Formats: sequence, C-alpha cells, structure tokens
Amino acid sequence: MNAKKLLGFAAFLLVVFVLVPLIINATGRWGFFYTLTSVALLSVAAAGVWLTFYIGRINIGQGAYALIGGYVSAILVTQAGVSFWLTLPIAGLFCAFVSVVIGLPILRLRGVYFAMVTLVLTEVARLTALALPITSGAKGITSIPLPGELSLFGLTIIPAFGSLSNPRFGFYIMASVLMVVTYLVLWRIVNSRLGHLCRSLQQNEELSASIGVNTAYLRILAYAISSFFGGIAGAMFASIAQSIYPSSFVVADSVNFMLYCFLGGLGYVFGPMLGTFLLYFGWDLLSIAKEYQLLIYSGVMIALMLVLPNGVLSLLDKKEGGK
Amino acid sequence: MEQIIANGLYLGAQYALIALGLTLIFSLMNVLNFAHGQMYVFGGFVTYTVVVQLGLPFVVGLFASALALAVMGAAIEKFLFAPVVRRSKRDESTMLLAAGVAFFLDAVILLFFGEKQRGVPKVVNGVFNWDMRIIMPYDRILIGVLAVLLIVAFIVFMNYSRSGRAMRALAQDRTAAQLMGVDVSRYSMLGFALGAMLAGLVGGLLVTITGVNLGMGGPTSIKAFLMIMIGGAGVISGAIAGGFILGMMESVGLTVLSAYGDITYLAIFASLMVFLAVRPQGLMGKPWG
Repeated sequence: MNAKKLLGFAAFLLVVFVLVPLIINATGRWGFFYTLTSVALLSVAAAGVWLTFYIGRINIGQGAYALIGGYVSAILVTQAGVSFWLTLPIAGLFCAFVSVVIGLPILRLRGVYFAMVTLVLTEVARLTALALPITSGAKGITSIPLPGELSLFGLTIIPAFGSLSNPRFGFYIMASVLMVVTYLVLWRIVNSRLGHLCRSLQQNEELSASIGVNTAYLRILAYAISSFFGGIAGAMFASIAQSIYPSSFVVADSVNFMLYCFLGGLGYVFGPMLGTFLLYFGWDLLSIAKEYQLLIYSGVMIALMLVLPNGVLSLLDKKEGGK
Repeated sequence: MEQIIANGLYLGAQYALIALGLTLIFSLMNVLNFAHGQMYVFGGFVTYTVVVQLGLPFVVGLFASALALAVMGAAIEKFLFAPVVRRSKRDESTMLLAAGVAFFLDAVILLFFGEKQRGVPKVVNGVFNWDMRIIMPYDRILIGVLAVLLIVAFIVFMNYSRSGRAMRALAQDRTAAQLMGVDVSRYSMLGFALGAMLAGLVGGLLVTITGVNLGMGGPTSIKAFLMIMIGGAGVISGAIAGGFILGMMESVGLTVLSAYGDITYLAIFASLMVFLAVRPQGLMGKPWG
C-alpha cells in the first residue's frame, strides 16, 4: 500500500466517522443516519455479489443469504437468548455452509444459467421462510431486542444499544465499521494469490484448470465468502429493524445488489460501495418526485448505462489513459 | 385426473408462449430480458384499454397489443441494447440495462394505467362440461387454442420464412451469419421486436381470464426464467417443453400438495435444483448455451 492510497483511505475514514456525523448533527437531519446505515449494510452484501462477479459468475441470489442470515440471528436471539454479537458470525457461517451445499451443484452452471438459478434461489428462500414453522410464516419475527453489550475480560467494548442516548448514531457507526472491515478484507483478497486465481477463473475457466488451478474449490470458496457477507448484512439489518419477515429481502433486492455492482463498476473493488451509495441515496432523494420517482430513477439508470457501460468508476480509467 | 391434465395443458400453452419470446431474445442477443414480465403486463393493459375504454372488439385489442409491443421491442433494441452491447467490456452489462428497462416499464405502467387490477369481459360465454370429468369455461379453451395456434405459427415462421432462417443462423453463430451476408443489426432488432410481441400477445390473451395488475411483471419473469431453465436457454423446442412441463407441474402440484399448504412452487424449485445438478443445460439446451 503506497502513501497515496493510505492517504485516500485515511480521508475516507475521516469523512465516514467524523465529517458525516458532524454535518448531520449540525443540520439536525437525523433521518440521514438511517439512510446511511442502510447504504453501509447493503454495500456489505453487494461486496459479496461483487466477489462472485470476480470469478465470472452473475449472482442474483444475495437476497436469499441476507434473508437466511437475518432469520438465523433473529431466531437465536429471540428463542435461545444468545447475544447478538455471537449470532452475527454464526449467521455468516451458517450462510457460508448453506452456500457450499447449494453451490456444489449450481456452481457448475455458467453465465445466464447461473444467474437464473440464483434468482430463483431468492424466491426459494422466501417461500421456505413462509412454509417453515420456526420462522412463524408471514407474520415474521418481530420485537427482536436491540444488541446488548459486548465485553471482553470485563472491559466494555460496545455498550448496550438500549442504554445509548442515540441508538441511530450507534447503528451508523457499527454499520460503517462493518463496511470498512468488509472492504478491507475484499481488497486484501483481490490483491492476494487468491485474487489472481479468481481473475484467471473470470477470464477462462478451462485454461486455468489446465494449468493446475483447482477451479471447483476456488468457486465454492469465493461463493461461500460472498454468502458470508450476505449473511452478516442480513443479520445486522434484522437487528436494526428489530424485525424480519419473509418479504424483508425479495427478488427486487437481489437484483438491486447486482445493479449496485454494475453501476459502480465490476473492475473496481470499491465499485459496489459507490454504486450502493449512488443508487440507494439517489432513490431516497428522489422521493420528493412522488409518482415520478421510479420513472426518473430508472431513466437515470438507463442513461448512465448508455454513457458509462463499464460503471461509474471507469471514469478514473480514462484519466489515467486506460489500463 | 383428466381435469388436472386439461388445466396443465391450458396453462402450459400460455407459459410456452411467454418462454418462446424470452428464449428468442436470449438466443439472438445473449440478453436475459428482465423486462419480459413487464412487457407481458403492458400488453395486457393495451388490450384492456382498447377493448374496455374504447369499446372495440377483442381481436382489435389483441392486434394493438402485438403492434405496440413490437414497436417498443424494436425501439428498445435499437436505442438501448445495441449501443451498450457494442461498447461494453463485459456482456453482463446488458443485465443492468434490462433491469433498468424493467423498472422503467413498471413506472410507465403505473403512470398510464394505475395500480388497479384490470380485466376484460368474457369473450365467449358458457362452460364446457364432459361428463363432469373435465369442466372448463369456453373462453379458456378459446385462449388455449389461440395460444397453440400462435406457437405453431411462430415455429412455421422460424423454420420456413427467410427472416426466420436468418434469425436461426444468427442464433447459431453470429460471426458466421454475418459473413454469409445476414444483416445482423436488422435481424437482431426484428428478433427483439418479435420476442416482445409474443409477450404482448400473451398479455392480451390472458387479460380476458386472469386480468392484469402492476405487480404481475416480476413473478411472470421468474416463471419464464424457470421454463427456459427446464428446457434449455436459447432453444425453441426447449422453451415449448419447459412451458408445458411447468404448466403441468403447477396444475398437478396445486391439486396434490394443497393439503400441505402453499408449497407447490417450493417443490418445483427444489426439484429444479436437483434436475440442474444432473443436467445443467436443461432438457434440450446445448452445453453452456
């Protein structure tokens, strides 16, 4: 990591953790905290989708894992009384496990076939949540308690959210930390040996298999990591909303995760974060347009695609004279 | 039992027609048309407008739907998909565009036609009753027969007309077709228009029976994806087979599994996963499409 990148990273942290809260405090528009928390969490799930894009698969099934993660955390907290902080990794790991079982057959599919199966997967998750007794069907699980305190060796690391004077701010910080950690992990993966192998998969799977890359193992690994991200994002969402329903994450959400990646740019690690921010925030701002909201939103999306078919971050490429 | 089979065949004919349009667009452009369900809904609303609000006969409404969607499909291909396909680094970028078009059509439908459920009065009255074994309203039979006729017409068109042959050549190998003098951009546009037109026609047919509403677009697209996954993407026979199989499974499932609650689609999805694990390219698809 060179000095310039380090500086950029520090500036980003400064904006997220200092400037944004200060501005919101000054203007008093507390609603923005909620919007930005959603952006941070959605971008965590989108990071997972991006990783599957990185191995050359179109993943429209992230909503399924977000839903599973949310339910796992909600059920553990409400019925077994487990601390939320413990359920967060459990939800992620459970999703990773599910994705390995499902991924073994479906990761053999490619291109549009994989895209369609994952799309269907979201619908399967919703229908399963409706049918299973433990998820209490369409009623969902409501009044999930806020996350309690997390302490290590008697030292309080995170105070209980119920005792905070402003839980919205707490959620914002928590979600932002999660987002930063996720993207650091993603950045590390991409710039490691694993990342190189993933790129070889993206370009030509047969060729990389022929030079001894274990493609089957690699695809499952990438898909499991991707689903892990989806699971923790979903778990966090459930705890912030204090409720989860089968319709919390539907096909439209899965499609949106994919769109965030596309819009930001598939070739850039921070693409999904930017894409999430632009699309989600833009959608929120457009609510002033009332009935024309969807029209303007989709119109802008189509226009962006026509002007920048390789994502918003491809603007940077042109400045550097192309890669 | 006869009733279940009759229902399945009727559903299958509709589904096959939807899947045909989707698979045509996919095979020609390598585009997964997310907006297919919305196009279907749009077609239904056009027929509704012509028949109920303008008071014209049903056939006129059907033609109006076909025409409106064909023009829309051609315009979408020419001004949106063609430029993006040409300039984008990765094929998948068209998916964002397709999803954008789906949202856009949803917005247009909401603004023009509102969010209410709309229907068209019955075209034919009366109920067909064969010894209490098969009971089916005549209008359903009429719609089913019309759908089968349209499928036959489509196959004849693809097999024997000059344009149909050109489109099949394009689907097989784009470069080779171009080298043989096929006007690629013209036939891509024609194919997209034809696919959209089929969606509009089904919408126009079904508005007489189930009616249409704004929320039907997305679920219809998902069903269409299911069908072409069963049959194999980009293959005409596969789309027809997929449509009829899904129609039959739905009909059987709704009867047999009704005791266990609303799990028909869960069962269909689960069996599809198992099926795809054994045969990833679907029934008739070529490996990796």
